[in-house]
Amino acid sequence: MESIIKVTHLTKVFKEVTAVNDLSFTVQQGDVYGFLGQNGAGKSTTIRMLLTLITPTEGEIEIFGYNLLRHRKEILQNTGAVIERPDLYKYLTAYETLELFAKMSGIRVSRQSLMEQLELVGLAQRAGSKVRTYSQGMKQRLGLAVALVHNPQLIILDEPTNGLDPQGIADIRNLILMLSQKLQKTVLVSSHLLSEIEQIANRMLIIDRGSKLVEGTVSELFSPDDTVIYIETADNNAAAQLLRSGEYSSSIITTEASGIELKLRKDQIPALTRLLVERKIDILGISARHSLEDYFLKITTANQHVEPFKN
Amino acid sequence: MKLFLSLVFAVLAFCNTSVAQTAADLVKNVKAKMDRVNDYVATGKMKTDVVFIKAPVANIKSYFKKPNRFKIKRDGGISLLPKGGISVNVSSLLLTGDYTAIDAGQTNLNGVVVKIIKLLPLSENSDVVLTTMYIDEKNLLIRKASTTTKENGTYDMEMQFGKYAEWGLPDKVVFSFNTKDYKLPKGITLEYDDGTKKPELPKNKKGRVEISYSSYIINKGVSDDLLK
Amino acid sequence: MWSLLKIELFKVFKRPRTYIAFIAVWAIVTLIQVAIYVDGAKYMDFVLKDVKDNFDVIGNPLNGYFVCFIILQTLLIHVPLLVALVSADMIAGEANMGTLRLLITKPISRTKLLLSKFLASAIYALILLIWIAILGLFVSMLVFGTDGLMNAKSYEIIILNGNDIFWRYICAFGFAAIALITVASLGFFFSIFAENSLGPIVATMSVIIVFTILTTLDIPLFQSVKHLFFTSHMIGWKGFFEMKLDADGVSIPGTIRNLPAVLKSAGILTLHIVLFTGAAIFIFKRKDVLS
Repeated sequence: MESIIKVTHLTKVFKEVTAVNDLSFTVQQGDVYGFLGQNGAGKSTTIRMLLTLITPTEGEIEIFGYNLLRHRKEILQNTGAVIERPDLYKYLTAYETLELFAKMSGIRVSRQSLMEQLELVGLAQRAGSKVRTYSQGMKQRLGLAVALVHNPQLIILDEPTNGLDPQGIADIRNLILMLSQKLQKTVLVSSHLLSEIEQIANRMLIIDRGSKLVEGTVSELFSPDDTVIYIETADNNAAAQLLRSGEYSSSIITTEASGIELKLRKDQIPALTRLLVERKIDILGISARHSLEDYFLKITTANQHVEPFKN
Repeated sequence: MKLFLSLVFAVLAFCNTSVAQTAADLVKNVKAKMDRVNDYVATGKMKTDVVFIKAPVANIKSYFKKPNRFKIKRDGGISLLPKGGISVNVSSLLLTGDYTAIDAGQTNLNGVVVKIIKLLPLSENSDVVLTTMYIDEKNLLIRKASTTTKENGTYDMEMQFGKYAEWGLPDKVVFSFNTKDYKLPKGITLEYDDGTKKPELPKNKKGRVEISYSSYIINKGVSDDLLK
Repeated sequence: MWSLLKIELFKVFKRPRTYIAFIAVWAIVTLIQVAIYVDGAKYMDFVLKDVKDNFDVIGNPLNGYFVCFIILQTLLIHVPLLVALVSADMIAGEANMGTLRLLITKPISRTKLLLSKFLASAIYALILLIWIAILGLFVSMLVFGTDGLMNAKSYEIIILNGNDIFWRYICAFGFAAIALITVASLGFFFSIFAENSLGPIVATMSVIIVFTILTTLDIPLFQSVKHLFFTSHMIGWKGFFEMKLDADGVSIPGTIRNLPAVLKSAGILTLHIVLFTGAAIFIFKRKDVLS
């Protein structure tokens, strides 16, 4: 498969802060590539370097097989982007906005095709309204339409669901899947929410403090062998004793008064629950989450000093 | 210009209340000569030579109607004319006739022998201190008049005569006068400094206005509108 | 480039803010005209206070040409603010709105983007100037009529013939165009450093106001360096309202007293335009866009 984005040893230093540190990754054609990290991890800086907004301190970026800085124009002609909040000209209508950016991308677009684009993002009805009258979700969708107006092969979306309500998030998610599956676009999408990426990406990269933590296909990373199970029972001590003595002993991570945490393959869960039921230990609750999620939660909460809730 | 006429009328008025017989006779004759002009329209060019006024030569028309109505107009433009006309100095003499004329002998002015006649106002309120006239006895022409005022210094008027001499009308009038200093604050004018040297303005510098008449249309009638 | 410029102009003239300037100019010009219509004679008395004791004025000094002269003299201090309102907003405004990053991800070089933006603000300044010409010159000519022009300077009065003025105004407006574009380029230069437009607008105006005050102050220190301030050259349009003198000291209609000085001022302003715009492009090309 052809690699669309190839980033090697990318580093960006702002005065004394290293925002991106020796980052390398590859996005293949047709990927929906999830780019994950907490706020301030270096996602936006990386994306801005991919879009020539920021000049890298070191490293190289190739897009479509060309060096980005040398073939900026050709590459950007075939790239669409939404960066953070897609703020647009408040005094223009959606139609005018789209037409303006189509022209800036160097293409002539018919009225019909512009309206089709607006239809695609569900704004055709409001094409003549000024952007200042739009809700955040509508602006986000118009931003997407702007990113798509010149029919680019690569679409880069920086936190496209930030500030949206659940319906808005679902709309954007469906749009990304449609772009990938129906229109065969390559999409790079960043987020600080694993759950969001997990649902749409086929490959992903997690970065923290500017450096790569893991990269791989979602199916690899979310292997069913790596499930963390948390069980709450009516008698947690009895349950812990039972599990420690049997085949699950090596799977236990922690046992606490409130519940037990184990690492299992997903298909081991039914046997586990059967065992507890057979021994007359009532199960009050059971939750399974992927170890990656666990890990991501840890790294994303490690740096957040939130005061614990006190009653 | 107005001063010139004022002086002329002063002279005319003077004829009727003559004190010194010789002077009176002379002025009477001058008056008689000039009295033949009921009105005229004169075409000429005016040159202003005042240190702080930069003006091009102006094409002017002078309108005159008896007894003492006079107006200068110019073609599409503005001119600054020295005051010192009827109201300021000689007009008071003319209106009151309250003066003494003295024959002050004769002198040679640019090769012409002229009689000097001095007019002294009797009123203490008059701004005019003294008016001196240089009259060409042979041709009955006023060659020069000089007026000294309390406030505005001395005004001189010299006249040169040519083809309209028979009517007592000059071809050229040169008016000399004192100018005050002129100054505006720079904050008002927002000056553009192009590097041109500013002239040093001497105190009490004389200004000159020169009018050369090329033609007169005499006694053909002048509409009152033109004299407004 | 042309289509980019059209896009920028489209944006400029789509914004309500753009029209503030046109309304402001209309208001100032009309105010001056009304004031002169009502009270012009007093103003004239002030200008001629040292003259009127000794001179009578013939002709109509309070005519359209004189009114336009006053308007230009007044407005060319204030219009830079209006020009800065747009030019200083060109980049900073986009940064503030969050559209700058979108523009830069388009397949257009930053140089072209900036040039088109600068040209758009220059064209805006020109259109504003044409608006001033329509209101300040043509309307004044209609309302007040035409006659000669008295250009009262601090140490002399220059009197121009009525038929020797209109062409001077054409030249003066041409010069004013260069002056206003210089302001536009300065605002534009400040614009690349800020993420909201207020800073660059204030910075531009401060430079102009401070320089103008220093130029006007009759302090020898400032007088000796004032030719270094571009603001001293911005009033070079007045140079068109002075005439050469002949040997007798009489002004010659149809001439300009010191054309080389006026052209030099125009050249210096043009140099500033190139400098400010060039520096803006040079710096912006290397700038990380973080807005």
